[in-house]
Amino acid sequence: MTSPASAPLLTVRDLSTWFHAGRSVARAVDGVSFDVMPHETVGLVGESGCGKSVTSLSILRLIERPGRIEPGSRIEFEGRDLLSLDDRAIRAIRGNRISMIFQEPMTSLNPVFTVGDQVAEVARVHGTDSRREAWDRAVEMLQQVGVPAPAERAREYPHQLSGGLRQRAMIAMALMMHPALLIADEPTTALDVTIQAQILELLAELQERVGMSILLITHDLGVIAESASRVLVMYAGQIVEEAPVRTLFAAAHHPYTEGLLNAMPRMGDRRERLTVIPGTVPSPTEWPAGCRFHDRCAYAWDRCRAEAPPLYQIGTGHVSRCHLAAEPARRRSPHGALAGGAATSS
Amino acid sequence: MHPLVWVAAAVLTTLVCGAVARAGDADSGSPWRIAVTRLRDNHAAFLALCVIVALLVVAALAPWLAPYSPIAQPDIVRLKNLPPSLAHPFGTDFASRDVFSRALYGARVSLSVALLAIVVSASVGTAYGAIAGYVGGRVDTIMMRLIDAALSVPRILLLIAVLALWAPVPLPVLILLLGLTGWFGVSRVVRAQVLSLRDRDMVVAARALGASDRQILWRHILPNVLSPVIVSITLGIANVLIVEAGLSYLGVGVRPPAASWGNMILDGADAIASLWWISTFPGLAIVVTVMAFNLLGDGLRDALDPRQVDG
Repeated sequence: MTSPASAPLLTVRDLSTWFHAGRSVARAVDGVSFDVMPHETVGLVGESGCGKSVTSLSILRLIERPGRIEPGSRIEFEGRDLLSLDDRAIRAIRGNRISMIFQEPMTSLNPVFTVGDQVAEVARVHGTDSRREAWDRAVEMLQQVGVPAPAERAREYPHQLSGGLRQRAMIAMALMMHPALLIADEPTTALDVTIQAQILELLAELQERVGMSILLITHDLGVIAESASRVLVMYAGQIVEEAPVRTLFAAAHHPYTEGLLNAMPRMGDRRERLTVIPGTVPSPTEWPAGCRFHDRCAYAWDRCRAEAPPLYQIGTGHVSRCHLAAEPARRRSPHGALAGGAATSS
Repeated sequence: MHPLVWVAAAVLTTLVCGAVARAGDADSGSPWRIAVTRLRDNHAAFLALCVIVALLVVAALAPWLAPYSPIAQPDIVRLKNLPPSLAHPFGTDFASRDVFSRALYGARVSLSVALLAIVVSASVGTAYGAIAGYVGGRVDTIMMRLIDAALSVPRILLLIAVLALWAPVPLPVLILLLGLTGWFGVSRVVRAQVLSLRDRDMVVAARALGASDRQILWRHILPNVLSPVIVSITLGIANVLIVEAGLSYLGVGVRPPAASWGNMILDGADAIASLWWISTFPGLAIVVTVMAFNLLGDGLRDALDPRQVDG
């Protein structure tokens, strides 16, 4: 169906990452499939504990014992099967073709080396650069990510930099080798709101210039709205909805996505309290039978408790893991308001 | 003895301490510079550092500073057991040897034994602790149980047993034995530190950027383990000094006629009430040295405290 010109950069199929502790198994990621196309920004949203970070760590094979990527999972990047690479080959991809930035710029840098040294180190890990060349490129990179006076800043230590500058330094490290894919795991969560916007702008601008793809992981739909072109919504280790960003905000299908959208504060909002999704994410060691969202869902009926929903096609590029797609009439009869606490049985 | 050498020793000590004091003035964000500044501003620790520098200089220059040979017995009838005087500042012992000269040479022996032994301890302990902490899992459990077992054997008894059987023990072997029985504490400190560093964000970030285990160990783990190791080395030196002095006092450590502070105390032990100077001066030397290392160790602990780096 896809022509070679639009072949995906990253293909994830049936990815399952489970954590084995004694006899219990935490199925943190349970059968996740998605694509990232070249030059595209894909948003991956979900609550804490839904498996979005584990998904991103799995792509780079950074899962440590007792976690394990289960057999049958497939991750292909630039036509190579990442899961069958040996250690040396996957290291050559990390930080080089696929880079990652993290939530905490405060603790992601090494306190005993200068910022420039750490940015330059990435080039030395991957390249043949001499110390001098690597340093010069590091300063240049710091300039590109908008660090003022980069030559002086490069000689400073992480604790001398503000949070925003540290995150810029992390981005400089991640982009040093011009990766094809940048995985940004909550890149702005630890930052002030004004700095958040700056960093998102910077990422968009760099993407334009370098032509990379971004997988943006966040719990904040506002961040997604600003940056992504396509959105994956994750719940309880699965993707529950996938849609182009406009479609998602205009016509979300899955009740969980609906709940997330309703929980967002908006300009001109008269509500005194934000709407919340009742309950909490269930434990990954015991996902509910049937639809994993049914005990928090306002529409849930017998079928939801008995039968796990497949991904239904809703529209172009829009899929949803909800039986409402098969029985749309039921959407008109929620048996309790979303914020109304425990759902009564139908 | 050349008075000029004494002047040179004093100048050298002043220069080194002055350099440390000035290094503390530098306005740099380097964590090491910050630590130096904090150390300099801690009066007790800085004084201790100066005392240690002075002791090291004296130990190094002992052959040129000492007025007499440490083993010369010029007249064992008329020059023995002389009380302190201008000619013999610390008096002479039962064999007419100059206690002052022996104390200077003793500094040489005692300090070099302690320093070399601690190098052995710190290397073995750091390597062992780093491996246990980084590999983790069952390997870590087994390695740490071995440490527990080793720590349940009293060190001094073990050393006395070995040294008594292997007499006279050459100095390098004594150093090795002291070093190899003193690394358990260091390895525990290092392991705990590595264990907490291993899961730090910066290590995950480095791994995500393609760093290998070796690169992570050298760049991210070991440099950040250095502070506690430096502190335990400093405190460890004080400990080894005491152990060596104890062993030498018991006659199984540094053997006469070579002077160590421990065996010098033994020389005067029989007549401590009347010929007090023979034991008292080497004893004071031990007290001052051990106290200096302990004070410096405490000062370093405060100065290198990572929780204060952001302050």
